[in-house]
Amino acid sequence: MSFWEYANPRRFMGLSDRLMPPLFLLSGICLAVGLIWGFFFTPDDFRQGSTVKIIYLHVPSAMMAINVWIMMLVTSLVWLIRRHHVSVLAAKAAAPIGITMTLMALFTGAIWGQPMWGTFWAWDPRLTSFLILFLFYLGYVALWSAIEDPDTAADLTSILCLVGSVFALLSRYAVNFWNQGLHQGASLSLDAEENISDVFWFPLLVCITGFVLLFVALVLLRTRTEIRSRRLHAISLRERAA
Amino acid sequence: MPDLGAYALEVGLAYTVSIALLVVLVWISVAQARKAKASLEQAEGRLKDG
Repeated sequence: MSFWEYANPRRFMGLSDRLMPPLFLLSGICLAVGLIWGFFFTPDDFRQGSTVKIIYLHVPSAMMAINVWIMMLVTSLVWLIRRHHVSVLAAKAAAPIGITMTLMALFTGAIWGQPMWGTFWAWDPRLTSFLILFLFYLGYVALWSAIEDPDTAADLTSILCLVGSVFALLSRYAVNFWNQGLHQGASLSLDAEENISDVFWFPLLVCITGFVLLFVALVLLRTRTEIRSRRLHAISLRERAA
Repeated sequence: MPDLGAYALEVGLAYTVSIALLVVLVWISVAQARKAKASLEQAEGRLKDG
């Protein structure tokens, strides 16, 4: 069976109905284990003290903030090229999750930054590109709400998504382009010398897995809601016309 | 509770606000899903009844 058959709303509803319960359960388990492990059973960092425990929220939420936008980019491209409604509804469904993740990353970053850098905020390349990404998320949701025709809204929001992708990529790679910022380089690396110590790395990995699974479960749930809302809209138009 | 030392407020605030944000996101998503399902069932019922 082709992957594209899941662009059929009926097939998507059937598959997502089966996938959601185990995904929610697994994400709950991973988040509970990862956060409890990180908060209660990891040592303080020799330089950062107990603030290092914020890493278990800050890094996964920041990763998700960027990756949710990348997922929206892919599904928006599928809409623009193949005109599959489910794909653009998945992008619409993902945006509020992205907003939450970006807000969480900005908040935990500010709370962490104050004791470590002496300031809640700096116009650092990574922080600034993250703030712009947050504004793009808000703009994306506002644009969907502002346009009545769903297909026109899908087209325009998909184009906005393409433009915003520049800032999603900047958020990820800004620290590599400009070295003058306060924000350090990536905490996670395949290079063993650059990567954080295993004692922090393993609970962080569990937390990241929990965030990813929660995102997938939520995006399935919210896409189902969007499909139903679209069907409801079509029925109410038919009733009005009759 | 682990001893968070001088940074107890920062760490506590980060965890409280983040977990609250996640809970609100899940709660809103589930509430919207339930509402959409109920509204659609009602509309499809009307459609069947003619």
